[in-house]
Amino acid sequence: MARIDLQHLKHSYIENPMVEDDYALKEVHYTWEDGGAYALLGPSGCGKTTLLNIISGLLRVSEGKILFDGKDVTALQPEGRNIAQVFQFPVVYDTMSVHDNLAFPLRNRGVDEDEVKRRVSETLDMLDLTKWSEKKARGLTADVKQKISLGRGMVRSDVNAILFDEPLTVIDPHLKWQLRSQLKLLHKQFGHTMVYVTHDQTEALTFADKVVVMYEGEIVQIGTPEELFERPSHTFVGYFIGSPGMNVLPVNIEGRTARIGGTEFELAGTPELKPGVRTDLGIRPEFIVLGEKGIPVSVQKVEDVGHHKIVRAAIEGQDISIVIGESASVPADPHVVFDRERVSIYADDWRVEMGG
Amino acid sequence: MNKTQNNKAWFLVLPVLAIVSLNAIVPLMTVVNYSVQETFGNNLFFFEGVRWFREVLDSERFQDSLLRQFSFTGIILAIEIPLGVAIALSMPKKGIWASVCLVLMSLPLLIPWNVVGAMWNIFALPDIGLLGYTLNAMGFDYNFTRQAISAWFTVILMDVWHWTSLVVLLAYAGLRSIDDSYYQAARIDGASKWAVFLYIQLPKLKHVLTLAFLLRFIDSFMIYTEPFVLTGGGPGNTTTFLSIDLVKSALGEFNLGAAGAMSLIYFLMTLLVCWLFYTLAMRGEER
Ligand SMILES: Nc1ncnc2c1ncn2[C@@H]1O[C@H](COP(=O)(O)OP(=O)(O)OP(=O)(O)O)[C@@H](O)[C@H]1O
Ligand SMILES: [Mg+2]
Repeated sequence: MARIDLQHLKHSYIENPMVEDDYALKEVHYTWEDGGAYALLGPSGCGKTTLLNIISGLLRVSEGKILFDGKDVTALQPEGRNIAQVFQFPVVYDTMSVHDNLAFPLRNRGVDEDEVKRRVSETLDMLDLTKWSEKKARGLTADVKQKISLGRGMVRSDVNAILFDEPLTVIDPHLKWQLRSQLKLLHKQFGHTMVYVTHDQTEALTFADKVVVMYEGEIVQIGTPEELFERPSHTFVGYFIGSPGMNVLPVNIEGRTARIGGTEFELAGTPELKPGVRTDLGIRPEFIVLGEKGIPVSVQKVEDVGHHKIVRAAIEGQDISIVIGESASVPADPHVVFDRERVSIYADDWRVEMGG
Repeated sequence: MNKTQNNKAWFLVLPVLAIVSLNAIVPLMTVVNYSVQETFGNNLFFFEGVRWFREVLDSERFQDSLLRQFSFTGIILAIEIPLGVAIALSMPKKGIWASVCLVLMSLPLLIPWNVVGAMWNIFALPDIGLLGYTLNAMGFDYNFTRQAISAWFTVILMDVWHWTSLVVLLAYAGLRSIDDSYYQAARIDGASKWAVFLYIQLPKLKHVLTLAFLLRFIDSFMIYTEPFVLTGGGPGNTTTFLSIDLVKSALGEFNLGAAGAMSLIYFLMTLLVCWLFYTLAMRGEER
């Protein structure tokens, strides 16, 4: 259990990185608080695995420092860092029994045999693996194997942190839910610092207190699920969180006035903009009101997704989505009004604050 | 599930059956034929039952060469398999040096048997060969044409030189097929190098090593050309292995009945050992 400070980490898989794009991690500077449960969310190839491997010591970072509780561990191997890590695909020691698989990390660290027995049988119970205990790991199904991998991560009670790299990919949906609750329970019980990588936003939002969104080698936002939803600090977070994602429209700003094509309207404040930046307006489909007043739109189609409807429409030739109630209908001459308080302005994809 | 029975499909197997019987069964049957008959020339044959088999099995000459054969095969397996695995483990994993190593390793495998024998014959000559001369200069009394120990040493060294690469290549391919995440998990679990070898690498190498063992067993059990060119089976009979003995008795002495019986015993032994080993090695494997 430890606080983990990542100080100006940059990582490249290339010997002599020249340009920004040579870095798989561009600049990560962040602190994982002791005992926090974090979800690391991002598209494929954004550097999630790279970041985990750097924290666990499997990869030596190109630039920057890593501190555990203030102690510099940048040069330490995984053995010296005392971190548990679970990988996307199951890794088991084929020739060992399930019990010995779980005992392996403990025995390697010279834990005495009574303690090993106790810890292993607890963990087997928690994962519902007791009935396989004496079976050889070879020949078990993928989800049992993945539970074994999870077990090897969870069996050590003294670890500084547990890192999960998309651990439930190979697991059935109903079992997924169950294992996720087991992990939450484990977190409550031992208070380990946990980092949980996933592609899946619902998984991230249910597991974590804090969600960390990565995009192209950078952390673009860290926050509670509500913060990510209501104030995405990068256009990517807007797209990625929520379904459908946030509408992002190119916009011209003059003082408080926003202009989309030929339509003008007032913002809640004056965005603080540097000259020469590209500006976009972000508004979630949930915060657009479809009615007979406001900006005219042309409706292309309406999708009924159950508890609400999604209207696909165009504003000045720009596609937008609007969420309306299940029983609501599209007026004959459709117009939209944006909820002023919920409009965000982005300068070169980063959210800017509104001045008074 | 209802499948239509159509036994006509068996006809499709006929061509293969014909070829196999021509190139394997027919020659084997001639050997079987010889092994149960006696001839006094003029193409006259008499049925002899199992007499030849009994004679061969009882003869001291056969028992000696069989013992030599098993010792030789045992020694080279005990050297080549561990050595091959050790070399494969220490080879670079990727990059230009991996390719260089692989090419160097493959070279001995490409040289024909008789050339290997001739090469080592010259290489090991005590007065002018590099190996023989060096050993003698270092104070060892080494002469493979006179001393049984030296002859064995040379034959074994030659076989190790010629065939360890095969084990290396197989083991190397086996090692490369192990996913990186196994090594990563082992590092996270704090496993020692030895534990990684024992619990990850060795189990994953099991299949290729079984294959390597069988190939090397069969091949060394039937070894003929190399020791024949190198030592001619000598000094005395000390390096006369089974197949050398077999050729001596079949062609040298024209003892067709005994040679036929010997061939069959030889063949059945190889088959038996391979089957036993394979069954034991694959025991406890699912599917
Ligand atoms: N061993 C490696 N050598 C070279 N480049 C690598 C290596 N591993 C990853 N990369 C590159 O680094 C970038 C980040 O990869 P990483 O595996 O960290 O992504 P990820 O976020 O975990 O993706 P995914 O969701 O697909 O697992 C990618 O562009 C990838 O191609
Ligand atoms: Mg990954």
